[in-house]
Amino acid sequence: MSKLEIRKSKELKERMSGNEAVAYAICQVEPDVMPAFPITPSTEIPQLVSNYIANGQMDTDFIPVESEHSAMSAAIGSEAAGARTMTATSSAGLALMWEELLLAASNRMPVALTLVNRTLSGPLNINCDHTDGMGARDTGWIQIYAEDNQEVYDNFIQAYPIAEDPRVRLPIMICQDGFITSHAVQNIKLLETESVKAFAGTYEPEEFLLNPGKPVAVGPYSISNFVMEARKAQAEAMENAKEVILEVAGKFAEMSGRQYGLFEEYRTEDADYIMVIMGSAAGTAKQAVDELREEGWKVGVLKLRVFRPFPEKEIAEALKNCKAAAIMDRCESYNGNAAPLGSEICAGLFRTKTMIEAVNYTYGLGGRDFTTEHVRGVFAELRALVEEGKAIPQNQYIGLRK
Amino acid sequence: MRTDVEKINDRIPYTELTEGMQLFGSGTSRLFNTGEWRTNTPVFHADKCKQCLLCCPVCPDVSIPVVDGKRVDFDYDHCKGCGICAAVCPFDAIEMKEGIEP
Repeated sequence: MSKLEIRKSKELKERMSGNEAVAYAICQVEPDVMPAFPITPSTEIPQLVSNYIANGQMDTDFIPVESEHSAMSAAIGSEAAGARTMTATSSAGLALMWEELLLAASNRMPVALTLVNRTLSGPLNINCDHTDGMGARDTGWIQIYAEDNQEVYDNFIQAYPIAEDPRVRLPIMICQDGFITSHAVQNIKLLETESVKAFAGTYEPEEFLLNPGKPVAVGPYSISNFVMEARKAQAEAMENAKEVILEVAGKFAEMSGRQYGLFEEYRTEDADYIMVIMGSAAGTAKQAVDELREEGWKVGVLKLRVFRPFPEKEIAEALKNCKAAAIMDRCESYNGNAAPLGSEICAGLFRTKTMIEAVNYTYGLGGRDFTTEHVRGVFAELRALVEEGKAIPQNQYIGLRK
Repeated sequence: MRTDVEKINDRIPYTELTEGMQLFGSGTSRLFNTGEWRTNTPVFHADKCKQCLLCCPVCPDVSIPVVDGKRVDFDYDHCKGCGICAAVCPFDAIEMKEGIEP
């Protein structure tokens, strides 16, 4: 691991929205450059960062660009020049960056992007689901999801130490749920700026464009004889990211006292039924699990934090002792088979010969409420499947009017 | 990490390629013989040439070398045979021939 200095931090209690929390983390980390274009619900992030810059609290160069396509292009150029760079976006903004997302990854640029998850049209809607992030799942970016404002703050502080590690050198998306996390104000424990700065360090790439006397060409044309080799090297960097994410999480725990992994297992140790879920809805699932535990149900939650690289073996290992798992997707894949988590987790279960029951559900599209009653309903279905042999259809929409 | 561009070729394994296919050094396009792509070839007739030099600046691949103020024969390692030089020559000093050989 590159120089990663641990200064144990005091806990500073505050209350912030998810957008405020990540903007404060950006202020503390103080990247060199931030090109960004506003889009709901992530607009506050560049707005708050601009305030910090105007107030002299940070020294980042903010570039107001004319589109997200330009934002990601400028981010790649800036990162290639040797500057630590980040941007923020949501939904259609991420979609407009699509071409450059793949370039950032294949050029091995450790850019950070704070994604505030919002659905993509249509129907036209501005609320939360994971359509945007899932659409970028094959672009070569690391993706880390947060349950609440605390996690998105903590995840951003860990972003550059993961992305810039010489074993990785890939771009990283720090995701939070639009409005539910980004706009809801909750209590938060901040870290001291001095500790955060020491932890994030400074960006010292070995090769960069603005390096007099050491010319380098970034992103040159590669003929067919080289493309497969380049992709394989990139894919291995993504595999390496798994151990680096865990190492950085370990160091982060030393600084903050807060422990993170590839996923969180909540009351799963003796659980017969486990709900796999990602993002803010994990909090709802935990609440329902607490209630059901009171009533004698052996249920738990597996909250996925790291979606890319995908921890398929680790998830299968964590699920192997339960009787049935509900895999919750906040996204529709339109493939007639399963949504992203449903497909990838089931593939992992099969490859590891973990023959538990697994039911894929879709919930919360376009910001639809997902309540503890829904969670209870899902667990009741899993129990009926296992105890009564009742056939439970795959890919049900939670709360759909029929 | 900084590797001599001449060590990058299509026989080395993926683990020895540069990260993100970065190339180190400058003027490396000279090492790439785009002349292999040619299906038509310009032939220079020195006896008809008046050294007006209209052909040199229009060549997209800088494949008409100028030595001491005079154009010399084509750089066939890099000429792609586009024929622009032949089209601008007022004196029929450049003739396009079918095939890769001049």
